[in-house]
Amino acid sequence: MPDTGILPHLDLAPVKRRRGEALGAWLLTLPAVISFVILLLLPTLAAIVMAFSDFELGVWPPAWIGLENFTELLGDRGFRQSFANTVIYVGLVAPASVGLGLAFALLIEAGTRGRAFFRAVFFLPVVSLTVAMASAWQYLLHPTIGPLNTLLRSLGVAGPAWLSSSDTVLISLAAIGVWENAGFNMVLFMAGLTAIPRELREAAAVDGARSAWSRFRLVTWPLLGPTTLFVVTITLIRSIRVFDTVAVLTRGGPNRASETLLYTMYTEGFTFLRLGYSAAITLVFLAIVLVLMLLQTRVLDKRVHYG
Amino acid sequence: MRDLPRLALLSVLGLLMLAPYIWMLSASLKPTDEIFRANLALIPERWAAIENYGRVFAQVPVARYLMNGVIVCGGILFFQLLFAIPAGYALAKLRFAGKEWIFGAVMFGLLVPPHVQALPLYVGLSSLGMLNTYTALILPSTISVFAIFLFRQFFRSLPDDLIHAARLDGMGEGAIVWRVALPNAWPAATAFAIFSVVAHWNDLFWPLIAVTGHEHATPALGVLHFRTDEAGDDFAALMAASAIMTAPLILAFLFAQRRFVEGIATTGLKG
Repeated sequence: MPDTGILPHLDLAPVKRRRGEALGAWLLTLPAVISFVILLLLPTLAAIVMAFSDFELGVWPPAWIGLENFTELLGDRGFRQSFANTVIYVGLVAPASVGLGLAFALLIEAGTRGRAFFRAVFFLPVVSLTVAMASAWQYLLHPTIGPLNTLLRSLGVAGPAWLSSSDTVLISLAAIGVWENAGFNMVLFMAGLTAIPRELREAAAVDGARSAWSRFRLVTWPLLGPTTLFVVTITLIRSIRVFDTVAVLTRGGPNRASETLLYTMYTEGFTFLRLGYSAAITLVFLAIVLVLMLLQTRVLDKRVHYG
Repeated sequence: MRDLPRLALLSVLGLLMLAPYIWMLSASLKPTDEIFRANLALIPERWAAIENYGRVFAQVPVARYLMNGVIVCGGILFFQLLFAIPAGYALAKLRFAGKEWIFGAVMFGLLVPPHVQALPLYVGLSSLGMLNTYTALILPSTISVFAIFLFRQFFRSLPDDLIHAARLDGMGEGAIVWRVALPNAWPAATAFAIFSVVAHWNDLFWPLIAVTGHEHATPALGVLHFRTDEAGDDFAALMAASAIMTAPLILAFLFAQRRFVEGIATTGLKG
């Protein structure tokens, strides 16, 4: 408090109110703080500790084994395959679903007719029960009775066993992933597009950017930069979490050809009950997510200052 | 008719996106032998809707799964709002020691995906004998730092005069949260509610860990059980079951399309 050299004013109401405000604030945040500590903070710390132990369900007490889980991960062919699969899956899903999302958004925004209708159609997969729609995809991609291979056969092509051959299983899962994510990205791009003033595109047209493509390249695409970056990171983080379709359709098979990080973490932890090892995989997963988020804020910061 | 190429292209893409739904519905109406003949006709030669959907309702506790879904999503949303709205209000409008710490905790929580806590939560719930309960399904999701963040952002734009006036009327901070702040935060609350229900209705990861058997199975688990227990190669019934379980959210979406899209778009940053 500043020393004004005069006697403190006798009106204590503001001080009291301040104290009451702090007390009220603590009471209001208390339920959230308690549940945060019990359900989020402590379990996260526990997962980190577990990753350095040989914790197995039913074996007590666990021992501290330092980095052993991580060195085992490095030599574990199953884990390396799972890691590589996840990278391939993300590498297929992210560019395709971001590109498709952008295409949907541009196509819808380019005219006035059918906007709400097509937005709903493309968005439908986002609100659909993944497990159920995975079953629909399984039928669609069934090697003998599936409509896709039936169509291919009528064209004289023998379609592969999409989900049960190790050559095509990741591509098939990625196709489902693109189908799931494109509508979500479309909505984010549409929000970004509405923030770009129409006059800018019109001005570019006056200045000689005659084709729609050059207007897109010169105006829309650069101004969409921050949105695109945001969509790309979100898609990376969403697709690295792939679990449902793997658990429902392939269980990581055939021969681990479709095992992904979270699915390996799940089987190690909840099928083989090797919780320490599973926690180590969780930490790898967490590290990747954190790096992606860090990259996003770094690049976003630059963009913001640049403007 | 400059719009024609655009509409044509959109229609082709739309049909591709709808293909899984179209074939799912078509197969759910066909008798099994017709599915195995693998022709490309969408309309069944012999309608088998009643026997397919009847088989699902006879073999599967559909109502139970749907009710479990409502209980779990409703319970989660209730506690998320109960905890997050007051905290968001305090962070936005009140001065108190430790505020920066709490906001830091919120940012920390935003960075960590929910899968990270799954193992310790499983161990904790199992040692308390609480697996296979609604509590196990609801409890871990009751805290949403994302909701706290969202409500904090929203309440910051609430005029201070409104709050001062309420205080002069003798209202306590708790009453202000629920009777002054919340009525002004319906857009944020609806957006978050839609985001939360869609996320937890569709979630498979945590229910698969927390629950075995049919009694507490959510719709996602229910479809999975039906696949492994009953369906095998009975695609007609499997497609019927999938259609039934997908229908509630899709219908809700079609009725409140705009709110859904806005809800997901504004809450999109959590993924």
